[in-house]
This record gives sequence, C-alpha cells and structure tokens, in this order.
Amino acid sequence: MEWGCHDLTCRRGEAVVLERVTLALRAGEAIVLRGPNGSGKTTLLRTLAGLTPPVAGTVGFGADLVAYGGHADGLKDQLTVSENLRVWADLYGTGRDGAERAAAAYDLAPLAERRAADLSAGQRRRASLARMVATGRPVWLLDEPTVSLDAAQVARFAAAVRAHLEAGGAAVIATHIDLGLGAVREVDVSAFAARRAVAVAHDPFAEAVE
Amino acid sequence: MLTLLHRDLRLALRAGGGFGQALGFYLIVATLVPLGVGPDRATLAPTAPGILWLGALLACLLSLDRVFALDREDGTLDGLVPAPLPLEAAATAKAAAHWLTTALPLVVVAPGLGLLLSLPAQAMPWLAAALLAGTPALSWIGTFGAALTVGLKRGSLLLSLLVLPLYVPTLVFGADAVRRAAQGLDPAQPLLLTAAISLGCVALLPFATAAALRINLR
Repeated sequence: MEWGCHDLTCRRGEAVVLERVTLALRAGEAIVLRGPNGSGKTTLLRTLAGLTPPVAGTVGFGADLVAYGGHADGLKDQLTVSENLRVWADLYGTGRDGAERAAAAYDLAPLAERRAADLSAGQRRRASLARMVATGRPVWLLDEPTVSLDAAQVARFAAAVRAHLEAGGAAVIATHIDLGLGAVREVDVSAFAARRAVAVAHDPFAEAVE
Repeated sequence: MLTLLHRDLRLALRAGGGFGQALGFYLIVATLVPLGVGPDRATLAPTAPGILWLGALLACLLSLDRVFALDREDGTLDGLVPAPLPLEAAATAKAAAHWLTTALPLVVVAPGLGLLLSLPAQAMPWLAAALLAGTPALSWIGTFGAALTVGLKRGSLLLSLLVLPLYVPTLVFGADAVRRAAQGLDPAQPLLLTAAISLGCVALLPFATAAALRINLR
C-alpha cells in the first residue's frame, strides 16, 4: 500500500502557506514533519486529513483512511475515559474491540472510570492519542502528539506508533522532539514555503466570514 | 448516527450539560407574564397562544450556540469529518439531540403553563400538537444557524439575527393554530402548514448544515 500527496498547495484562511508538497508514504513507514512554528505543519496535516481543501494538487488517499489527532483532545469532560474511547470507536465502527485495544495501548485501564475533566494534562493527552488506535484507520496524522507527555509516556507513544507501523499502518507526525522511533524519514516543511502570499485577490465575502 | 445521538443525550443529562436551561427559561417566562400583564382572564387568554409560542421559540434559541461550539473547541468536530458517518447524518443527529433535550420538555410542560395563562381548555391538546409539529423546525433551523456561526467568537448575536427571521413562519402558523383552537375555530390548516415547515426543514437542512460546517472547519 502506498499513500501520499502530489504537488499539493495548501492554504490557511486566505494565505497560501505551502506549495508543491509531494510526499510518498508506504505501509509501515512514518514521516516526521519538522519546521519552525508557523511553517505550515498543521496546515499540511489538516489538508491531508481532508479538513481543508487543497488549493491545487491531489491527496492520494481518501478521508476514509485517516485518523486526525490535532491540538485539541477530542474528549468530553463529562464522560469517563472509557466512555470517551467507546464513542470514538463506535463512530469509526470498531466497537468494543477498538475501545479496548486503545485503552490497552496507552495503559488507560486504571483511569477508565475517571471523568475526563479530572485527568491531568498528560493523562488527557494519552486518552486523546488512544483515540487514534480506537479508529482502526491505517493512516495517522498527528499534530504535536507529545505535548505535556513525560519521557516514559513519550516512549509509550513511540511503542504505539511502532506497533501501528508493524501492523501495516503509516503515520505523519509533526513534532519538535526526538520521538525515538528509530530510522524515520524527516521532512522539513519550510522547504515548501510559499512565495505567493494571497490565495484569492478579491473575495467580498471573506471579510464577513473571517 | 445513533452513537452521536446517544452521546449528546448523555452529555446533556450529565452535570453541566445544559439540560433544563431552556425548560427553566420557559417556566420563568410563562409565570412572569401573568404577573406583568395582570391576572385578568380577558387580557391573558387572547395573548396566551402567542406568549406560549414565543417563549418556546426563545427558549430554543437560548441553547443553540452550544450545539456545535463545544464540539469545535474540544476537537470533536475535526474527528467527525474523517469518520465514516457522513457529515449530513452527524448534523441530523445533533439537531435531533437538540430537539429531544430542549424542545420536547417544552412540549410536555406547555399545557400546564397554558393553564397558568388561562388558555381555554379546548385549546390545550392543540397547543401540544402545534408545538410538537413546529419545534422540529426550530431545532433543525437552529442547528443550521449554529453551523454557520461555529467558527466565530461570541457568535450568538449573529446566530440570533440569522435564525430569528427563519423562525417567523413557524411562529405565525404555530401560534395561529392554537389561537384558532382557543376561539373554537378549526385549527387543522395552520397546524398542517406548521408540520409541513418542520418536515421540509428536517429533510433539507442537514445538507446545508453539513456544507456550512465544511466551510467553517477550513
């Protein structure tokens, strides 16, 4: 299996941020996106996830293959950890199995009955990352997944990603730290920085929408 | 779709979910009006259908900005787009959850409040019927408005401005059905029109809601 994107031009709001992004992603492979703040890592991931339509170019996989983990945790405060995971597993059609695999991958069993509101920032992050396992999707798109995780939990995250890759999945991960994934391909996003700044010269509705 | 509906119902019923907010507002409006207008039957009874409908409409409006804003803030909406569930179905589930948690309790208490406002007894069943027929339109239109304004900070004023004009036909026909019943006339025609508006909204608006969400998630 091979996924990727070809000649992709991405925008954030009205600004074209990235141009001519071409990535090839094979099964069992992870790409780590590097680049300073504001270089377009989130924009690229959101475009790959189908949340933002590309200005030009093609994404070589449908939105039905991806699981997107952004900055926000996607957890409901009033629900317990296991209820949260179960909702995501049910939404993606993996059911009880998916939720249990997700909890096992991040050792969430001790927290299963705790409400998400009562979790620490690091615990929330773990529960949020466990959602990716719960979806059962082959392509993970992760945006700074290790924020507020301690060293032991970063290692656990790396183990979950490795297990996902060994099972034939793939991942695109934007991060600033060394994840300890072994040999992974690093792509510096700033190499694709757009020279042209404005996507649409005149759009009378843009002002009203922004 | 049932997952999402079930989740929303559970969230609404847990602490801080906002269940009962609209109901409380409705009760307050209906109990304060007789105090403000005076307890005279002759002035209260003719205005009762309008007040009961207006109260229900404003109570629905009160909880609309929560429909998508919370899901956007915590990233749930980003996760819903790649999910196998079409966004149109998600929109339907959200609107149905809003109707079940906000509008249905209003329908249940409305006849009791009608008593408070000296609504004639023969109009009570028609009040419940008209609200039952009309409130789905309020929830589905409101969900559409919430999707349009989901990206905006403090978008609730804009939401009200967008949604209120769309609520007018439901209000006119819904209140008219109750008024006709109170005066002993045949309320069937405005009631059917109210139901028609609701059916149209339920059938068509999820598509517009999903389109608005896609634009706002960019």
